[in-house]
Amino acid sequence: MLLNTVFKTTGAYVLLMLRVFRRPEKLKVYTKALMREIDLLGLDSVAIVSIISIFVGAVVTIQTALNLEDPLIPDYYIAIATRESIILEFSPTMVSLILAGKVGSNIASTLGTMRVSEQIDALEVMGVNSASYLIMPKIVASMLYNPFLIVISMFLGILGGYIAGNLTGMVAPVDYVLGIQLGFKSYYIAYSLTKTVVFAFLITSIASYAGYTVQGGAVEVGVASTRAVVSASVAIIVANYLLTQLLLG
Amino acid sequence: MIEVRELRKSFGAQEVLKGISANFEPGKANLIIGQSGSGKTVFLKSLLGLYPIDSGSILFDERDLDALDRKERQSVRQEMGMVFQYSALFDSLTVEENVMFPLNMFTEQTLGEKKDRVDFCLKRVNLEGVNAKFPAELSGGMKKRVAIARAIALNPRYLFCDEPNSGLDPRTAVVIDNLIKEIAEEFNITTVINTHDMNSVMEIGDHIVLLKDGLKAWEGSRHDIFHTEQPDIVDFVFTSELFKTIRKANRAE
Repeated sequence: MLLNTVFKTTGAYVLLMLRVFRRPEKLKVYTKALMREIDLLGLDSVAIVSIISIFVGAVVTIQTALNLEDPLIPDYYIAIATRESIILEFSPTMVSLILAGKVGSNIASTLGTMRVSEQIDALEVMGVNSASYLIMPKIVASMLYNPFLIVISMFLGILGGYIAGNLTGMVAPVDYVLGIQLGFKSYYIAYSLTKTVVFAFLITSIASYAGYTVQGGAVEVGVASTRAVVSASVAIIVANYLLTQLLLG
Repeated sequence: MIEVRELRKSFGAQEVLKGISANFEPGKANLIIGQSGSGKTVFLKSLLGLYPIDSGSILFDERDLDALDRKERQSVRQEMGMVFQYSALFDSLTVEENVMFPLNMFTEQTLGEKKDRVDFCLKRVNLEGVNAKFPAELSGGMKKRVAIARAIALNPRYLFCDEPNSGLDPRTAVVIDNLIKEIAEEFNITTVINTHDMNSVMEIGDHIVLLKDGLKAWEGSRHDIFHTEQPDIVDFVFTSELFKTIRKANRAE
């Protein structure tokens, strides 16, 4: 029974994605929609991502410093640990999970409301491919914009660690900067951004599927919104493992 | 003209439409009436292609939607306008952007031409000075007018209305009914209106189809209603004392 539901849902999701990536009716209208989505889904998330990144960077630095009390371990190791934690895991994965909550619920509830108030039917009656018009700009916008958000998050996370290390006196600025530069592998940035793009696709497409296929009323829109966040989060965690195995393993 | 032949539609084991045939002519107000659950909405959504039909055919000026490829079907769809029960205006767009939406999507007009067309459509539904407002700032009657303006923006050949005056006060309801009828006549549009409002039936019903349990139970004009003895239509229309009195008066003439 459960397996049946999984197959049915996956099949419906794939069919919806095939409709989403059909050739747009009018590129100009889609480009405008893309710009609107970048504004709604991307720019709107800068503040929350920035605040979380600064404080998590600070906390990672303090916790690492507290756990590396051995005087034989140089202080710049704290900065290395902070850098690796932020670049490899926190920024791409944790920020994507936060975005799954913020952006995913927004997309699912918007599309769900459009479905129950017949706005999607109105598009279909006009001859517009509603799946493509409503979903494609969201997916493309987040795949384009999320890497920028993640780069901002990486920078601010590392900056947060620098500030915390300096304020608490746990890491001297010169040691922190040395640690950040020491043994830096640029491939980790590529790995991190690759994950981000995949997560962006998962968040928007899963949330769009949940919202677009709502049947019923306000209660079902709420359920779809929750389902979108849970499903996108699980998908991110699973994809994170697979991508790490694939790209770093 | 829309010709419906032996239209059947089921959801699982439940057969909702059991072989309905009807012709809807242009320039007339064609009304679909019936009790809740009689299959009116499924019938209308099947005409619109929102529900795939099980069997039968729907011909739009001799073009069968099911026999057309995707591109041709999209092109026929662009000849359709629809006024939804709750207007279905796009919340995030202003009145002007709502009416301009189909023009943006399917025409190569300049911005000036599109604005002219929007102004014409809004003026035609007696709505001016609201271009910059959002749907949430409009009354129910105004939303319906905007929905009609959006529906006629592309000069449709077919106009569908689902309960166009539900939730409106009686005076506004009559205005909306007459507006739809006037537009259908003026632009020779084939109009199909779903309603269970008896005032609409009496006011604009040029051609009325009564659905009951997924079948066509009666067909005629609003003038025929007063003289028919068909029990389904008599039961459905003349339930209130007011309509019974009107019927008596009409039959006495």
